[in-house]
Amino acid sequence: MTLSSPPVPTTHPERASWRPTIARLPVVVALLALVWCSLVAYVVFPDALGPAHAAALIPSIPAALVLYGLGIVSWRESAIARIGLTLVMFWILMAVAAPYLPLVDPNRPIAPFTPPFTAKAGHFFWLGADMRGRDMLSRTLWGGQRVIVWGITATACAYVVGVAFGLMAGYLRGWWDEILSFIANILLSFPVMVLLILVLNFLGQSGFSIILAVTFSSAPGIMRIVRGLALVESTRDYIQAAQTRGESAPWIMVVEILPNVRGPLIVDACLRLGYTTVAITTLTFLGLGLQPPDPDWGLMIKEAASSALLWKFAYMMIVPSVAVSSLILGFNLMADGLREMSLRD
Amino acid sequence: MDTHPPQAATAGPSPILECRNLSVSYETRAGLVPAVVDFNLTLMPGEAHGLVGESGCGKSTIALAIMRYLGRNGRITGGQVLFDGRDLLTLSPAELRRVRGADIAMIYQEPMASLNPTMRIGRQLAEVLTVHQGLDRASALDRAAAMLERVRLADAGRILAAYPHQLSGGQQQRIVIAMALLANPKVLLLDEPTTALDVTVEAGIVDLIRDISAEFGTAMLYVSHNLGLILETCQRLTVMYSGEAVETGPVDEVFRQVRHPYTRGLFASIPVPSADKASRPLVTIPGQLPSPTNRPRGCYFGPRCTFFEPGRCDDAAVPMAQVSRTHASRCRRIAEIDWDAPPAGAVTREETTIGRTVLQVEGLSKRYHTVRANEDLTFEAREAETLAIVGESGCGKSTFARILMGLDQATSGSISLMGEELARLPVTKRDRVTIRSLQMVFQNPFDTLNPSQTVGFQIARVLRRFGARMSETQIRERVLELLDMVKLPRDFAGRRPRQLSGGQKQRIGIARAFAGDPAVVVADEPVSALDVSVQAAVTELLMDIQRRNGTTLLFISHDLSVVRYLSDRVVVMYLGRIMEQGRTGDIFAPPYHPYTEALLAAVPIADPTITKRKVVISGEMPSPSNPPAGCPFSTRCPYAIEDLCERTVPPAQIFGEGHAIACHLPRETLLAMEPIIIAADSLNEAHTHHA
Repeated sequence: MTLSSPPVPTTHPERASWRPTIARLPVVVALLALVWCSLVAYVVFPDALGPAHAAALIPSIPAALVLYGLGIVSWRESAIARIGLTLVMFWILMAVAAPYLPLVDPNRPIAPFTPPFTAKAGHFFWLGADMRGRDMLSRTLWGGQRVIVWGITATACAYVVGVAFGLMAGYLRGWWDEILSFIANILLSFPVMVLLILVLNFLGQSGFSIILAVTFSSAPGIMRIVRGLALVESTRDYIQAAQTRGESAPWIMVVEILPNVRGPLIVDACLRLGYTTVAITTLTFLGLGLQPPDPDWGLMIKEAASSALLWKFAYMMIVPSVAVSSLILGFNLMADGLREMSLRD
Repeated sequence: MDTHPPQAATAGPSPILECRNLSVSYETRAGLVPAVVDFNLTLMPGEAHGLVGESGCGKSTIALAIMRYLGRNGRITGGQVLFDGRDLLTLSPAELRRVRGADIAMIYQEPMASLNPTMRIGRQLAEVLTVHQGLDRASALDRAAAMLERVRLADAGRILAAYPHQLSGGQQQRIVIAMALLANPKVLLLDEPTTALDVTVEAGIVDLIRDISAEFGTAMLYVSHNLGLILETCQRLTVMYSGEAVETGPVDEVFRQVRHPYTRGLFASIPVPSADKASRPLVTIPGQLPSPTNRPRGCYFGPRCTFFEPGRCDDAAVPMAQVSRTHASRCRRIAEIDWDAPPAGAVTREETTIGRTVLQVEGLSKRYHTVRANEDLTFEAREAETLAIVGESGCGKSTFARILMGLDQATSGSISLMGEELARLPVTKRDRVTIRSLQMVFQNPFDTLNPSQTVGFQIARVLRRFGARMSETQIRERVLELLDMVKLPRDFAGRRPRQLSGGQKQRIGIARAFAGDPAVVVADEPVSALDVSVQAAVTELLMDIQRRNGTTLLFISHDLSVVRYLSDRVVVMYLGRIMEQGRTGDIFAPPYHPYTEALLAAVPIADPTITKRKVVISGEMPSPSNPPAGCPFSTRCPYAIEDLCERTVPPAQIFGEGHAIACHLPRETLLAMEPIIIAADSLNEAHTHHA
């Protein structure tokens, strides 16, 4: 019998890697982890780092640049995704590079109420100075740090919880599904802001409370998405194949289902990073989030609220607003671009 | 509106539909990809023309191009489509709309997609007449009801008042055909109209389609992958390969005197009744269909052709050459090839010896609330044996597989695998040895592998779970051996499923199932989603491995041709019950169970030397939630005995070794049945029966 082997296109000789797909992007994961871990350490645990504090973010600068380059190369199909990536990576890069840029101390009062593009007290203010005389450029570039750290961390936490419960509800079904969906429905019935304010009032104002609050408000929505995707995926033959070779439920959920639902989840994660950024900025503006004096966009908007009533000083509010909007826009454009690319194949 | 019979309008020898040098391309990210190249077709009034080929050969594109339904990225890049002398490609959208509804109608594979789910059937049918012929509603409904009778749908009143989802697939397809015929079209384009249907339902639709051209004088272009269906319905056919017509001519002539190596290869890979796994195995076409962006120079079939001659077959595009006045082939070597020689590459095998009983099923029943999915199944499977479980959708064959695999539990009865009771033991409670000895090959190649993991990882995972203390190097080595076993290159280990074709995925599925060296492999329709030539290769591979390992193969299928070809014993199921079981030879020869008889008569056979006795069964399978109290087939059985069959469960009558027929008919009646399939060489013997 002639069963000659079909011609083999030699485009991707991925000869070496038989590992699960999660490890196929080890470089990206490692770089993201490096940037994120050092930012968290720098912002949240400055004392624990001791003398290393000053240099903690240096390795993250090339890491962020490499990430940006990788993204630009692999997303060449979608201009929208690349614009979004550029916006997001700009702020991440500023967040990690701020300590090493030739900026004045963002908390040092120099010349109050200086409009943009003017020199005063021996210093040229590109974006002006606020009512206490602090350099707006320096504060804006520094100000992204906390939003990015808490935003990404909180979203990641919400994702871990939402994905875990979503997989359980969607794959195990039965009572798990009933109970988890019921809890999710209750949480989803609260208006988001009310839920956030309740949690923060109850737990006190800190970054960790923000993580909890965001998890409570986002995880049910994530759970719903994952549950739906897992329900569909569970009916496919390869899940039956895994069951018939006696794989455990956690293995099936994490190795068999999760990698195959990642597409829509990545898109949703980008959108949710945007929502979380909005939520954190709003909470800070309401005085429930991060506390002064360190620069933060929400805080800058809040502090500028009264001065900016005069048109002449509106820049104090416009500058941080544009900054936060561009970050959110970046996340949303990335989501749009990724969705567009996933639909194209 | 013109209401005379179409023959009158187009009398004389002028064709009703003609494609001249039609070329169609699709715009993709890789640029303009030609889908159909230089296609010619002449369709005379009242003629049925078959268009055959494997997936990706461009046959559906032709039907869509004729209707100019190519979608946003399709472009007709050259040629003409003449309908009644008018070039359809130059019509304005308004003119085109008139032609589409009234003169040319198209019937698709999925009837549900052609019917509006929110509208009653009556309104949908009447709309055709009110829009195209300006009839008022009442007379339109009358005409619709009359048309339902002509497509042989009984109880027109109930059907007209029904919504599409309340009808079965076969009824829906008849409605779609009725809808197309209402406008009295001159040409009917049928794109795989029966592929989604069960075989006994398909037989009825095919019968209907065959009568349409006789009764309505409609010309038909019948697109199908099934050569047997084309033989039963068409007068002429065109065989397509990679966007080109490779052979065209009268059906009978092409079937008896093949003049293109691809057509010949197709025939050799179909399990016709004369094929046999031991003495006359299938011959597969080596290689794969070229991708449309990367077709070879010269003959597109060249790289896979056993008669390929460098310098001649690959120098320039091969033109169509006339074989006879009506028969043409796109081959340079028509005159040189010995077309009657048996195809090269056939390897005969030894008969296998069948061992002790491995799997014993007794009185197995499964109910979901009122649905009786399995009812009192009793059979056994022995070592190295291929046991086929045959039946149409809803017969309970997949439910049985789920229970056997431990994904579901039986309501009563027992399954014993080498002495271990499994009927109510879920897979999570089975020990490793049991799980290992029972593996499965799945139906859908696009579903069987995890799209995110590499092939190597997925095969290695089975070894890690079942292989006792293998080192990483040993696992790696074994994965490569398994790839050799399923005849795939070793570097496939690093690939992901999306880089594989359907047949290759199915091979990986087979490698995965056999990786743990199981005692029993359940194959649930493992080849039904594949193309004909790929089917043959995968079937042969599955059998080879099974024989070499002495595995028991439970082959679940609806395709009697494949079953006849590869199985040693057959279990025929209908609505959860076993109707007949026995050795393959006994099942395919009289005495038959009436259901087996109907099933055999329904299967289209791509062999003009074979004649089939016609058996007509009416209706469709009753709902499994409300089956008849007696024999489940009694509602459709032409032999049903009143007051007996529908009330009392029939006894199993034993004919010969292990051949049991569950039927009330007297023994003598069953024994007196005539064979369904009569081959030409045995015609003399059969003749005495007929006389």
